[in-house]
Amino acid sequence: MELSSKQNQVMTFDTLKDDLLSGFWAAWPICLGYVPLGLTLGVLGQKAGLSPVEMAVMSLFVFAGSSQFIAVAMIMGNASHMAIIMTTFVVNLRHLLMSSSLSLVLRGKNRVALTIFSHTITDESFVINSEKFKQRSWNLRRAVVVNYTAYASWVISTVTGTYSGRFISENAFGMDYAMTAMFICLLVMQLNGRIHVVTGLISGVIAVGTALYLPGNWYIIIASVLAATLGSIIRTKSIKPEGHHHDE
Amino acid sequence: MMNEYDYMLLILGMCMVTFLPRWLPVFFLSNRQLPTWFEKWLELIPVALLSAILLPSLIITKNPMGINVFSKELLVAVPTFIIAFYSRSLAGTILGGMFLYWLTVSW
Repeated sequence: MELSSKQNQVMTFDTLKDDLLSGFWAAWPICLGYVPLGLTLGVLGQKAGLSPVEMAVMSLFVFAGSSQFIAVAMIMGNASHMAIIMTTFVVNLRHLLMSSSLSLVLRGKNRVALTIFSHTITDESFVINSEKFKQRSWNLRRAVVVNYTAYASWVISTVTGTYSGRFISENAFGMDYAMTAMFICLLVMQLNGRIHVVTGLISGVIAVGTALYLPGNWYIIIASVLAATLGSIIRTKSIKPEGHHHDE
Repeated sequence: MMNEYDYMLLILGMCMVTFLPRWLPVFFLSNRQLPTWFEKWLELIPVALLSAILLPSLIITKNPMGINVFSKELLVAVPTFIIAFYSRSLAGTILGGMFLYWLTVSW
């Protein structure tokens, strides 16, 4: 009895260690992209008059890269609270789609854990976790580790930026490109199969077309929803069994 | 500059509007069976989102707003894409892309 419970504890500890390690291992490239971006945001925040504590509070409670950049710029321009909050809302509305997509692989999970997990969903961790959840070994605990490792690197780098960012010159080591390169790789990871390539192309073209005419980040949501819908229609049409024409 | 109280109100508002879109679907959809067409649709969302975020950032210029298909960003994106395709490594792609961009900008 005692032995088995001890064995059990060892098992749990090992599993925990495994989960932590695989989470960290999956997350560190995200941190690599976040650090230069976070430092830059910190510098801008400092210019907008934010103290390191205020920067930390924003990163902890909001944790949204592009929204925070826009918010800092708007604070600098003395925009109203309502304007900043509405802009943030629109910019982050895309998380609605990510969260819905993740719900497919998180069926029946503990709701407290889901709440803890959901607060730190980002573009990057979303793709990494979606990819990893295709493997049987991936679980919610590992996904939480990925999210919170990225979260920690973001909070630390934005705060560091308010102190020391101004000593780092612009585009040192090509840092400005870190996020773009990350998105390119995340996109490539998603290109499994012809329908995904087609959907990605449609989405990119619509996004470019609408970004020129629509304010804010609406183009991201509009392009994604349209492309996923068109992609679904194309997929349905192309796999329709032969001999079933004149369905409509 | 606004005072601490005002700032906390702002953060509270921003927190609400960023937390809810992240939380609502995962919290309420993960406990029910979704229709198959909706699941298939959601499955295409990641690639659509990434492409919609990435492509405009590569070819749309601000001030003045316009399309530039010869931007440095797009030029570097081509070899970066190839690195990503063959290496399938996130860290390798980020480092490779940074290096190539640094080369392009400094020359």
